Amino acid sequence: MRSLHLFSAEGGGFVPPSTNDFNLPPVFGHNVYTTKPILLVFFSVLLISVFFMLASRKAAIVPSKLQFAGEGIYAFVRNDLARDNIGPEFMRFVPYLFTLFTFVLVNNVFGIIPLLQFPSMSHVSFPYVLAIFTFLVFHYVGIRKQGIRKYFKDIMFMPGVPKAAYILLTPLELATFFIVRPLTLSLRLFANMFAGHLLLLVFILGGDHLLKGVVGLKLISPFAFAFGIGLTFFEFLVQCLQAYIFTLLTALYIAGALADEH
Amino acid sequence: MKGTLNLVGYGLSAIGPAIATGMIFAAYISGVARQPEARSVLQPIAFLGFALAEALALFGLVLAFVL
Repeated sequence: MRSLHLFSAEGGGFVPPSTNDFNLPPVFGHNVYTTKPILLVFFSVLLISVFFMLASRKAAIVPSKLQFAGEGIYAFVRNDLARDNIGPEFMRFVPYLFTLFTFVLVNNVFGIIPLLQFPSMSHVSFPYVLAIFTFLVFHYVGIRKQGIRKYFKDIMFMPGVPKAAYILLTPLELATFFIVRPLTLSLRLFANMFAGHLLLLVFILGGDHLLKGVVGLKLISPFAFAFGIGLTFFEFLVQCLQAYIFTLLTALYIAGALADEH
Repeated sequence: MKGTLNLVGYGLSAIGPAIATGMIFAAYISGVARQPEARSVLQPIAFLGFALAEALALFGLVLAFVL
């Protein structure tokens, strides 16, 4: 990857944030398996498990605040994402969608939590793994439901299209289902987290650098920090939205595979 | 000032998906405004269209780094 050096015009000595800022050194000694993103992913699993175990432990008809919060998230995934999109068979997929949503959401929001401040999804390998899971799930349910022959026939030869159109349509449909869908699913999440983190770095590090400059530059520096804080809230919006879109698209792909006609 | 022209090209290529995304959501909003009960039907269609349009921008991003 080539680094982004377009910002280096401002002032001497300012090192603009680049892709190198994402390659963090190992936390413990020289063990390359203990970098910050990996530890954050483990931490997120722990966090989610403990939260939902506590939220569901003493389930009561009149819910406590914790139970209400946990059930609110669960109801959102089950009703708005799974039921409205997948249809009558949705209950089978709720555990997967729910895990996906909470995992992506917590790992994204790590990007703006003070002290952690690194979205683990800005390392492309994590979204790749999630997209591979989704890829396997929606093809598996499609093949189980319709049989392997009918499933591929529906993908390759869309019914109700003039025969000559298949020359163009068949390669495009195959590429959509087997290359474009998993690739864009993972890259969308990665690119948003990566660009968001870089954006925050530009404003915060830039503000820090302006503070060290002459008096005129010092006066501008608060604006850079204010922008950084404003963009942090914007990032929170983007992080929640990306978790929602990732889960929604997974639900839509599953729904498409289950539907009788594509 | 140093840098690669790839990024300028990526900026230009992102114009298309940007306009497309704007149009998709404009249509979605006006559809829901005219018929609020159609929201749940329109929402997955809007997001699927948005995902398709954004896929082009993502290809551009990948090529900006790879080439």
